[in-house]
Order: sequence, then C-alpha cells, then structure tokens
Amino acid sequence: MADTNDILEIVKKRFETEIISVEPSSDIPSIVVTSSSVYNIIEFLKNDKDTGYEFLTDLCGIHYPESNLPFGVVYHLHNLADNRRIRIKTFVPLEKPEVATVTPLFSAANWMERETYDFYGIVFRDHPNLKRILNVEFLDFFPMRKEYPLEDPTREDKDNRFFGR
Amino acid sequence: MPVKDPHIIIQPEDTDKVYTTLNLGPTHPATHGIFQNILTMDGEIIIDAEQTVGYIHRAFEKIAEQRPYYQIKPLTDRMNYCSSPINNIGWDMTVEKLLGIETSKKIDYMRIIIMELARITDHLICNSVIGVDSGALTGFTYVFQEREAIYEIYEEMCGARLTTNMGRIGGFERDFPPAAIKKLNELLDRLPKVLREFEKLLMRNRIFMDRTINVGPISAERALNYGFTGPNLRAAGVDYDVRVTTPYSSYDDFDFVIPVGTNGDTYDRFCVRQEELWQSIKLIRNALDNMPEGSYHVDVPSVFLPPKEDVYGKMEALIYHFKIVMGEIGVPAGEVYHSVEGGNGELGFYLVSDGGRTPYRLHFRRPCFIYYQAFPEMIRGSVLSDAILTMSSMNVIAGELDA
Repeated sequence: MADTNDILEIVKKRFETEIISVEPSSDIPSIVVTSSSVYNIIEFLKNDKDTGYEFLTDLCGIHYPESNLPFGVVYHLHNLADNRRIRIKTFVPLEKPEVATVTPLFSAANWMERETYDFYGIVFRDHPNLKRILNVEFLDFFPMRKEYPLEDPTREDKDNRFFGR
Repeated sequence: MPVKDPHIIIQPEDTDKVYTTLNLGPTHPATHGIFQNILTMDGEIIIDAEQTVGYIHRAFEKIAEQRPYYQIKPLTDRMNYCSSPINNIGWDMTVEKLLGIETSKKIDYMRIIIMELARITDHLICNSVIGVDSGALTGFTYVFQEREAIYEIYEEMCGARLTTNMGRIGGFERDFPPAAIKKLNELLDRLPKVLREFEKLLMRNRIFMDRTINVGPISAERALNYGFTGPNLRAAGVDYDVRVTTPYSSYDDFDFVIPVGTNGDTYDRFCVRQEELWQSIKLIRNALDNMPEGSYHVDVPSVFLPPKEDVYGKMEALIYHFKIVMGEIGVPAGEVYHSVEGGNGELGFYLVSDGGRTPYRLHFRRPCFIYYQAFPEMIRGSVLSDAILTMSSMNVIAGELDA
C-alpha cells in the first residue's frame, strides 16, 4: 500500500507535462491537470494497481470569471480499499469549454456530467446523452455561471454590500 | 401512409413486434415523489426505461452562493427530508472543518444521537413503504407511530418536526431538555418490540420473499461503477460506510456492526436497512449512557450566537451577535470536502470559500441523484410491479434527487 505522497510522485512522474500544479490541501490532495489529459490521468488512477481510485465520488463544475481559463471541472476520486481520496481539477477556456467524458470509466459520471453541462455549459466530448437534466430543455443560458444573478439585477432598493454578494 | 403514433415504437428489424410506451409518473401514487419514468414495454416486460428528473429543482447551489453560512442550513433540510438532521449536522461539520473548529465529546455524542434517530426514521419509512408497495399495509401503520414519536423528540429538542434546522455551527442551540431524554428513553424501550413485530410480519413472509428476492439486483462491481453508497451498496456486498472508513463526530468511540448483503436485490436492501435499525438503537443507547458532562457548544464567540439576554447588556455579545447575523464570521479562503453517512448514502459537501461571507461554490453530493441512474439497468427485463418495488427499495427521495 502506497501512501498519498507516493501516489502523487507516481502520477507526477508518469504525466510530467500534463500536470499544472499540485495544491497542498488540508483535507484532500488536489492536482490541477490540463483539460486534454484529464481522461488519461483518471484512467490511470483508476486502473493502476498502485493507485486504485476505483470510485468516482463526485464531479462538479466551478466558474472563475476573472481567470483566462474560467470554467473548471472538479473530480473527487476515492480508493475504497485504502481509504484515500484525491481531487482532480481541470480548467477550460470560455470559447471552447470542452473536456472528454469519463462515462466509459464510471457509469456514475453520466448524470453528474449532464448536471455540470446543465449549469455551466461545459461540454463533455463523446458523452452518450449530453442534454439538460435538472433545468427545462428550452433554457437558453447556463444558470450557475457567475454572470447570472439570483435576483433581478435591475433592482435598486437593495444594497448588495449589506446582503451578501 | 398511416399516421405514426409516437407512443408505439416499431422496431425496424422486426416489424411484427410492437412496443408500447408507458408513462410512470410524474405524479404516480407508487413513485412516492415527483419523478417520471418513461418505460418501453413488451406486454408486461420492461424493455427499457428513461428517467426524467428535475421536477422539484429549487437551485439550492445557486441560492447558497448568495447566503451567509448559517442561512444555508434550512436549504439542506429540504434535500433528504426523511432524515434532515443528518443533512443539518453534515453542513455544520463542513463549515467547522473549514474554520478548524474541534468539537467536544459531548457535542459529538449529542450529534450521534440525533443522526441515528434520523437514520431510524429514514429506514423505517423506506422499509415500511417496500411493504406497502408489495401490498402489506399493516407494518407501515405500526412503524409510523414510532416515526411520529421520533418527530416528537425532535420537537422537544429544536421545536420543528420535518425540516428541523437542528444544531448550530459549533454545537447546538440548547442542551437536550429533560422531556426529550424522557421520550428518548421511552422510545428506546418500545422500539425493539415494534421492530420485532414488523420483522415477523415481513422478513420470513413467503409472499414478501417471493416478491422481493432477485428483484432489481445489482452486482457489487456495477454498484461501485454507478457510484452507489449507503445501504444500497452494502446490500450488494461492499462494506463501505463513511461512519467507519472516515469516522466523524466520534463514531470511532462506539462498537457497531455494518451489515452487508450478497445479491444486491430488494430483499437484501430491506434486510440491510432492518439490521441498521438495530445498530442505530444500540448506538443511541450507548451514546446516551456515556454522555459526558460539559457545554453543548464550543467556545467560539465569533461563530456561535451569544445568549439573547447578554446581547442587550454586554458590548462584546452585541458586537458578535450583529456580526454573526450579518454573516461576518471570518471564514478563511480554502476548499473542503466533507461527507457523512446519510440515510441513503454518502452525503458530501464540497465547499469552496474565497474568504467572503457566502460560499464561492457549494456542491452537494446527493447520493440518490447518483445511484438513481442505475434504475433502468436494474429493472430491464422485469415486470412493472417489480419495478415499483425496486424503486421504493432504492430509497430515492425526490427532494434530494433534484436539490
């Protein structure tokens, strides 16, 4: 059984050019990878016997409008036998928000990717059924993006400095 | 040329074969919630199913980005409303993890009591509804009395019943009142008898066994691939329980058994939940007997609201009260993932903070949203009445599914 630092070393060695950074984190070690390599890295983490992250706990999107790669996809993987978790992040540009689907590896990713597409408009390449899941199908925007305010933006009677964001 | 009926699908390779489409839901009495299944049927046999979800989507993740941390808890209530205290306390623990607050044993044990009570209500509903859907209404009426008794205990503890909003970041709003302890003791004395009665009704009942064994099975490998957690995964034979693998809230102080099944069918799911009920009773009894002395909240004045009478008389209390109510609790920037064993699986909170008064991003890992995907695979080839039983044994809660 290898511990988390060893795993990070193995991954760093195997995918030297694809890993952008390794973020120290208090709870789960997280690595930021390029969007073109995310499928290969997750496949490696799942199938390699030393790493063995065979369980996809969570997949979600995140939006940083200030960044030049504004859309992120966050994967949480879990090695159930050794009880180790890892967080993989990848960022994609606004013009082409596209990553490869991990549905062939994890059936669980199907709806989670659809949910991410539904809320952020991130396209999962080769996804078997990429359409909206929680919102209505004719919605013409992606509601979790930061530019869509929760409240009516033309409202003038309320000063947002005093009421959260 | 005849007009094509969209509800009748004719397979091109076999033109004699006519499949019918059946809408199960959105509001069907047997689905126990608002979700739709479009079934393609060959007579009584299900060929394929497609689920439509999102009927009660309320944009909790978007709302959470606009709200101070303590105002997010009422949103978690409304996810898995059969076991809302687990969601509440899971959220508290997530924020405590980000803030670096360590809770005392007393708070941990109080939380265990409440979370296990919630697990009992959740499993009681799920298991008795399996009975109802197979035609045995009697057990349901008996165990619902006990669920009512548990809701009365919640009422004594926090004043609410279904959407409890129980606890605070850093502990509880008050200690357990004596009336709650009294009712809890009465419940613990009564519940084993009721459970035994309930098990006698169903567990070795020939009709119930015939209806549930080998109905909606899933292998351990497929269940893991589909992201199953909780009793559904354990019924397939994988002993994964967040309470044991990543102990939170001092669960490691207690000795309890994680039941596992073998086939992952409806009967196994029923039996796993039934055994978890017994383990929950044991856990509550142990936590209640070993309850340490001490305060019911951590001494974190910048996060935990001061007593109301101090607010009117003391300067510091007034300042803290104002800052907490306005959401200025000084959350550091960072990200955490925290998970608890919810009623139907691993309930996770992925929280990203940029140091502001609201979360930058909050994602709920809702267990039934993830495992409900497997439903078509589980019912393919079975008959309609088995699909109903499979669905109720999966414990899919519409509020959690759609968030």
